[in-house]
Amino acid sequence: MIFGVDVASMLLGGVAAGMVLFIVSVGLSVTMGLMGFVNLAHGGFAMLGGYAIAQAMKVWGVGFVPALLLGFVVTAAASVVLERLLYARLYRATELDQVLFTIGLVFMMIASVTLRFGPENQPLALPPMLQGQINLGIIHYRTYSVVLILVGVVIVSGLWLGFERTRIGAQIRAAVDNRRMAESLGINIARLFTITFAFGSGMAALGGGLGAEFLGLDPQYALKYLVYFLIVVAVGGLGRVTGVFYAALLIGVLDFVLKKYVPQGGTAFVYALTILLLLWRPQGLFGAKAT
Amino acid sequence: MMKRIIAVTVAALALTTARAHAQEVKVGVNLPYTGIGAEFAQLVDRGMELYLKLNADKVRPYKLTLIKRDVKDPGGANAKIAVQELLTQDNVDILAGWIYSPNAIASAPIVSAGKKLAVIMNAGTAHITTMSPYYVRTSFSMWHAGYAMGEAATKLLNAKSAVVGYTDFPPGKDSLAAFKRSFESTGGKVVDEIPMGGAGAVPDFTPFFQRAKDKKPDVFFVFVPAGDHAAAVVKTYAALGMREAGIKLIGPGDITQDTKLQAMGAAAVGLITMHHYHADLDNPENKRFVEAWKKEYGATTTPDFMAVGGYDGMAAIVHVVQTLKGKVDAEKALEALKGWKFASPRGPISIDPVTRDIVMNEYLSEAVMKDGRVFQKVIGKIDGVKDACKEQKIGPCAPK
Repeated sequence: MIFGVDVASMLLGGVAAGMVLFIVSVGLSVTMGLMGFVNLAHGGFAMLGGYAIAQAMKVWGVGFVPALLLGFVVTAAASVVLERLLYARLYRATELDQVLFTIGLVFMMIASVTLRFGPENQPLALPPMLQGQINLGIIHYRTYSVVLILVGVVIVSGLWLGFERTRIGAQIRAAVDNRRMAESLGINIARLFTITFAFGSGMAALGGGLGAEFLGLDPQYALKYLVYFLIVVAVGGLGRVTGVFYAALLIGVLDFVLKKYVPQGGTAFVYALTILLLLWRPQGLFGAKAT
Repeated sequence: MMKRIIAVTVAALALTTARAHAQEVKVGVNLPYTGIGAEFAQLVDRGMELYLKLNADKVRPYKLTLIKRDVKDPGGANAKIAVQELLTQDNVDILAGWIYSPNAIASAPIVSAGKKLAVIMNAGTAHITTMSPYYVRTSFSMWHAGYAMGEAATKLLNAKSAVVGYTDFPPGKDSLAAFKRSFESTGGKVVDEIPMGGAGAVPDFTPFFQRAKDKKPDVFFVFVPAGDHAAAVVKTYAALGMREAGIKLIGPGDITQDTKLQAMGAAAVGLITMHHYHADLDNPENKRFVEAWKKEYGATTTPDFMAVGGYDGMAAIVHVVQTLKGKVDAEKALEALKGWKFASPRGPISIDPVTRDIVMNEYLSEAVMKDGRVFQKVIGKIDGVKDACKEQKIGPCAPK
């Protein structure tokens, strides 16, 4: 019984953390797979989205769920502007240029947000029904974690359906697998990229808002969790929704379990495991073999 | 002959610059103005500036110029460079600042080599003051609160068992050692010690707190840096239902930092802390201080223990400048500060002439709801507390 409770609490905690990682990282994986564009500013969009959500709730008194949707839309729209104005110029640039540009963008995002809102953490109050504990039969657990898992499942199912069953999903998959072939078949890659970029940034915003309960929300958010997002993408493989999902869950649960049982090791384990894994399979656990 | 000319010229130049700046004292401030500590830097900075603003008459006829350098992070390396530049490029007369202990530890050799008075306004690892003879501390040692809390936990809260969770960097380990020593020497038992990530980023505390909850202790003593770490701690404590499980969350006042307390709301009620300052302290100096703060920086802002570290630190610096008539020599400055007494917003304070560390009151407080806000009610007070680590010559605090 005690053992069961232990395992359940670990799974719930780890899977909930994994869901947040998934929601934020999925856009990064798809845009990287699609254009080979290294967008290190992705965490910045999660941060901006989180701020939009927190502000909507604090200043206009919008409810949690409408604020999340608002954050999605606002961030997606802002990202389209940035994509058309700035990113589009660098598609044919070298990877180093892309990295320097996006990292510069992150610093500007952090500085602007600090200037406008100050360096402190933004409290994001959950609605009372999501606070506290819920009785799951064998254990009482944090309500929000359970809700987050359910939301994550809904989102991943929706994304999977969209990816596998819609025309635009098929176009994205085709472009990820072979961009030149897709282009010669008449798929407008630039437009496709704008759409996925906007959608990915919107998802990041959603993740920023949903995850604030665990990860907090301050200007440094853009950088401090970037490593985790990149690990998820590297392990999951580029442009793979399901791959990113499994990778996020794996890393969420592993990180949780290791922190609970060997807190002395800190985060070093996850990094070490990632290195070993990538030495073994450079394309990621669920990625297609590099051609 | 040539040598003599050069020597005379240099002497003449030195004389003129000395005369031109006789009235000006340069204070080199190192704080993490950007990055994760930016919020703390702002508090200390505002504390310093507020003292200067409210006490302009006490500064005259001298002119204090603050030269501020950003040290960016708790890593140590950037702070060391900043302190070195303040000494060699800006030729400051006094050094001040240090939010994070690793920064003060890394700067110690430079401070010793530079031979300037160095006022620590926050960094709390106990043995820092032994690392350079020029360090004087106006903030606190982790042992002030940690040691007092250990005894209070057994005697006042009747706790038999405790789990300690701490951020894995020098003051965290110090806080653990302080609490454990007094808790166990008064009959308690620390059943688990959990390092909970670093100071550089706020971790998700859920796995660590789950582990603590599984051990079912009477009290869960937590040290994390104030600010966002603290807000996350209180949130996780409430979300995991640890209060309902009968585990009391206790710690130094970092977990109920004034600037975060109201946002914590009901989740903070019942937290018991040992600390030297919070904005609800009832004394005339503090009333004036809080009122002036709100007038200067806005009604929604509040000072906290970090702001007081900066405020009192600046009071110490002004005392030195006045005593030495604007010519700040490090050795004389140290003499001027030894035994210095001041009516601080945290109550009476003084500098221990032996250790150059602060002597002050510690307050045991409980967070309660009052008039729709979280209020820190003082439920116990210990007068004139010295740093127990140096008093008892423990580990790195023993004189070398």
